[in-house]
Amino acid sequence: MAKEHKVKEGAKVRKSTGDRIVDVIIYVVLGLIALSTVLPFLYVLAGSFATEKELTEKSFFIIPSVWSINAYRYAIETANILRGLKNSVLLTALGTFCCMVFSLTFAYPLSKSHFRGRNWLMNMVIFTMLFGGGMIPSYLVFQAYGLLDSWWALILPGLINPFNMIIIKKFFQGLPVELDEASYMDGANDLQIFAKVALPLSKPVIASISLFYGVGFWNDYFNSMIYLSTPEKYPIQIQLRSIILLSSKVSDTVLDYDMFGAPPDKAVKMACTVIATVPILIVYPFVQKYFTKGVMVGAVKG
Amino acid sequence: MAEKVKKQKGAITLSNGQVIVPKRKSTWQYMVQHKWLYFLLLPGFIYFIMFRYIPMGGLVIAFKEYSPFKGMWASPWVGFGQFQKFFSNNDFMKLLTNTLGISLLQLIFYFPAPIILSLFLNEVRHNGYKRVVQTLVYIPHFVSWVIVASLTYQLFNVTDGVFNVIYRAISGGQSFDILQKSSAFWGLIVGQDIWRETGYGTIVFLAALSGVDQELYEAARVDGAGRWRLMWHITLPAIRGTIVMMLIMRVGSILNTGYEQIFLMRNDLNLARAEVFDTYIYTKGIRSGMYSFSSAAGMFKSVVGMIMVITADRVAKAFGESGLY
Repeated sequence: MAKEHKVKEGAKVRKSTGDRIVDVIIYVVLGLIALSTVLPFLYVLAGSFATEKELTEKSFFIIPSVWSINAYRYAIETANILRGLKNSVLLTALGTFCCMVFSLTFAYPLSKSHFRGRNWLMNMVIFTMLFGGGMIPSYLVFQAYGLLDSWWALILPGLINPFNMIIIKKFFQGLPVELDEASYMDGANDLQIFAKVALPLSKPVIASISLFYGVGFWNDYFNSMIYLSTPEKYPIQIQLRSIILLSSKVSDTVLDYDMFGAPPDKAVKMACTVIATVPILIVYPFVQKYFTKGVMVGAVKG
Repeated sequence: MAEKVKKQKGAITLSNGQVIVPKRKSTWQYMVQHKWLYFLLLPGFIYFIMFRYIPMGGLVIAFKEYSPFKGMWASPWVGFGQFQKFFSNNDFMKLLTNTLGISLLQLIFYFPAPIILSLFLNEVRHNGYKRVVQTLVYIPHFVSWVIVASLTYQLFNVTDGVFNVIYRAISGGQSFDILQKSSAFWGLIVGQDIWRETGYGTIVFLAALSGVDQELYEAARVDGAGRWRLMWHITLPAIRGTIVMMLIMRVGSILNTGYEQIFLMRNDLNLARAEVFDTYIYTKGIRSGMYSFSSAAGMFKSVVGMIMVITADRVAKAFGESGLY
């Protein structure tokens, strides 16, 4: 990945025919695997721009013969998909911001080797990775806090993910100690060092952890289903789920079928799937280089 | 006086006999000096207490007969009554079978998948090709379970899903309803897991492999080692620690099959194989209001999970691996 050596293949050791065949097999298999991850997306993308007629006639295609945006028009006009989209964007932005504030401020003191109470606090965090209250006690406690049917029920319980916090802490630990010493000399206090020295140097970890939190909020379905009861507050995943299940035989008593009127057709389902997927895919290339780094830091323990 | 000082911890005696005692500040002095660090820590600390530890305290209701009207504290104690009810329940064996069935299938098929894919990627010498493949296989990890479920419905439904269109062509008109057949449910779940997480799962292994000195391969090749011996003697040992670590985590979460995915894929027809601890706790607790009973079920799951992680970690250490902590 990162470091790639330059080996003069064949200069010292000649590859045998068997080796070449294995090479070809590996390349082909990898190509097929990569294809299998994107084909479902391409099919749905193509279907969302196709006419219903083509969708019923052909079982699989990647380029529609007749292009149509009717499905999107229908989805936007009838399925409240824009409201869900707006809710999800707001929820993701607000939630990610809160999570980052809490995670960064908590990780920073713990990253200082001189910080007193550090071990004790780390044990407190690690214990929560091993054991938790579970769904029902949490639900009842959050109910007592008055969080039911509120976005805060989706945001507050997950403000600090211990794994993410530890990744941030490790990143802070990697910053040179001399920066602290120099700043102390200049009369800066810990808060100023955190805000003006540590944070500006931590853009890579901020980017990757924001992505992790953000994807979590964007993709959340289960918590929204448990805690939210007002349709106006539903994020896109809840709406997508109800649209997809409308005309399938699967029963589901949680969601209100009447909410969206007549069952949408196949193309509309596909259009809604695309609308819910695209935001993630737009962000993905920009943060890819960061998240690989982030996961790697997390993989190295300590 | 001087003798007293000498006994103090960390005292340094210089060559001229002078004794220097580096001052260690009292905790109070330290906290005053670094008050801003404690200030920064405070919100997170309050979070952990309110949203992690108080819900743990809420587990007391597993030992009570919780009634919403009486509240958590006033509800009567029943000792281990809820646990007895849970273990003697007919559902318990079904839940255990389904949960372990899915977990074991995951262990056999889903766990090795990223390792194998990493080994394949490690053989690729063409950097551009490798990067394209990596970029594509990471994508499914970032889409929601709702979207995975949606794609699954569209590809596998009996009416017009591609899978069944092809299946009918091969089998001569018969359909195979993966989505509603209970015997296909475990495979469906594990298949989705493999599709969604295999690519992303390679990251940790490739990270471990990027640390391998390429000269090792070079030297071994010169010594006449073939592809398989390189893999066996260099590549696999390099990722052994990572494999063990991932295995500990997987074993630790053997009772966590996850709510979202299973909840999205189950339906009335495949329910016999689709009810696992996680979905059961949700159904009994939040839908039917059996709060104490399902808290007991949840606590059983958490305690077993914790014991599994700690045991797996000990075992790994006994075998000379570094384990998790």
